[in-house]
Amino acid sequence: MAPRIPSRLKLTQQEFDQITQKITPRPPLARNAVIAFLSGGLICLIGQLLQNLYASFGYSTQEASSATVSTVIFIGSLLTGLGVFDQIARFAGAGTAVPVTGFANSLTSAALEFKKEGLVTGLSSKMFTLAGSVIVLGVVTAFVAGIIKSLFL
Amino acid sequence: MSQRVGTQSVLLDPPPYLSATATVGGPMEGQGPLAGDMDRIYNRLLAGEKSFEAAELKMLEECCLLALGKGNLNVDEIDYFIAGDLLNQTISSGFSALKLSIPYLGVYGACSTLNLALSLGALLVAGGVAQHVMAATSSHNSSAERQYRYPTEYGFKRPPHAQWTVTGAGAGIISREGGGPKITAITTGKVVDLGVKDPLALGAAMAPAAASTLISHFQELERDPSYYDLILTGDLGQVGRQVYQEIMVREGYSLPRYHDCGTMIYNLERQPVDAGGSGCACIAVVALGHIYQRIRRGEFNRVLLVATGALHSPTTCLQGNSIPVIAHALALEN
Repeated sequence: MAPRIPSRLKLTQQEFDQITQKITPRPPLARNAVIAFLSGGLICLIGQLLQNLYASFGYSTQEASSATVSTVIFIGSLLTGLGVFDQIARFAGAGTAVPVTGFANSLTSAALEFKKEGLVTGLSSKMFTLAGSVIVLGVVTAFVAGIIKSLFL
Repeated sequence: MSQRVGTQSVLLDPPPYLSATATVGGPMEGQGPLAGDMDRIYNRLLAGEKSFEAAELKMLEECCLLALGKGNLNVDEIDYFIAGDLLNQTISSGFSALKLSIPYLGVYGACSTLNLALSLGALLVAGGVAQHVMAATSSHNSSAERQYRYPTEYGFKRPPHAQWTVTGAGAGIISREGGGPKITAITTGKVVDLGVKDPLALGAAMAPAAASTLISHFQELERDPSYYDLILTGDLGQVGRQVYQEIMVREGYSLPRYHDCGTMIYNLERQPVDAGGSGCACIAVVALGHIYQRIRRGEFNRVLLVATGALHSPTTCLQGNSIPVIAHALALEN
């Protein structure tokens, strides 16, 4: 759709773009990246400690890592339900979004939101509104990676 | 008799009175600098209801009843109830009209709804077909967030130009006779679009609409900024407000007595609202509460309300359309 400038304004499209670009504050990218690195790293550190803990109970590495992922998903969902995850994420940004905590949050927040629309029509069908893309793209990527591996490696 | 001036403006004669108003706010608004001017503050976002939609409805209903009480009027005395909100099918307004049982005209102007409803009400009263009209609007941070963006508990990093949807409602009663400021003129906006596609950058997107309507208002009614004690835009926020002022300066108008409701309703330094407030309730709560009371005390005598609205939906944005915007102006004079 072509932009429409009101006839009473002398303003041109180019001038408007310049003004908005000049005034709109830029997100502090370097600061956000450092915070995301540190907070994401902290989550991974907690994950590693959990994995070591499970391994010390005598589980194999694979079993321990499955248990770790489940625990971190549980914590992410619990914090979402308690209403604090979004506040942490507002600070941490990609730090909480990239690890499995972000996946847990996207599922739980959608489930909570649509619970009032019924168990089947609401919660179950709309739970994956955000996380659905992760699953679809994850499967597609795995498929492509699998083909590359079987053909070339 | 009212007179049409130019292509967008009407001088109302006899000018109807904005005889009574009421406003309610949510928890964040209750912590803001204008809390003292609200008639009721809800400390919980759910306001004792089971969903955010029900909470918004409760706030709007309560606000309308408060306005009726303050105007000493019964529902039977109101000829029309004109209301709108942000939710799909304007459910808050339609459902509240069920309870009020007043002939209902539902309108949608996004965040410009207050002025849209007040303008239509003023036209009906000045046209002699109504004695009293109630205009009302509401928005709720969580119901809007869920409809326009993400589930409320979803965590993401907000860009610094994002705005915070105001939780609350405002209602005003327009009367043929009575006290209070008169609605003397309205300028109805034209939809404009300068190609902004980011639904989080609404302040900047709406600034040209506010500029276009304000300039039409000045040119058609042969007024200039010095005519008004205060020119008040609805919810341009910190970024949109600066874009707006810059556009106005380039068009040859300086606005010495100018404010934006989005930057007034919250304490921008202490509250985590980024660029300020937005939503239908933003201008409704500020203009019908704080500003209305100051007009009644005589601190302002001529105020121009310029309510701005973005007419997109999540679907149009996802399909790649830019955001069409509008602004309506309405003059209040003692």
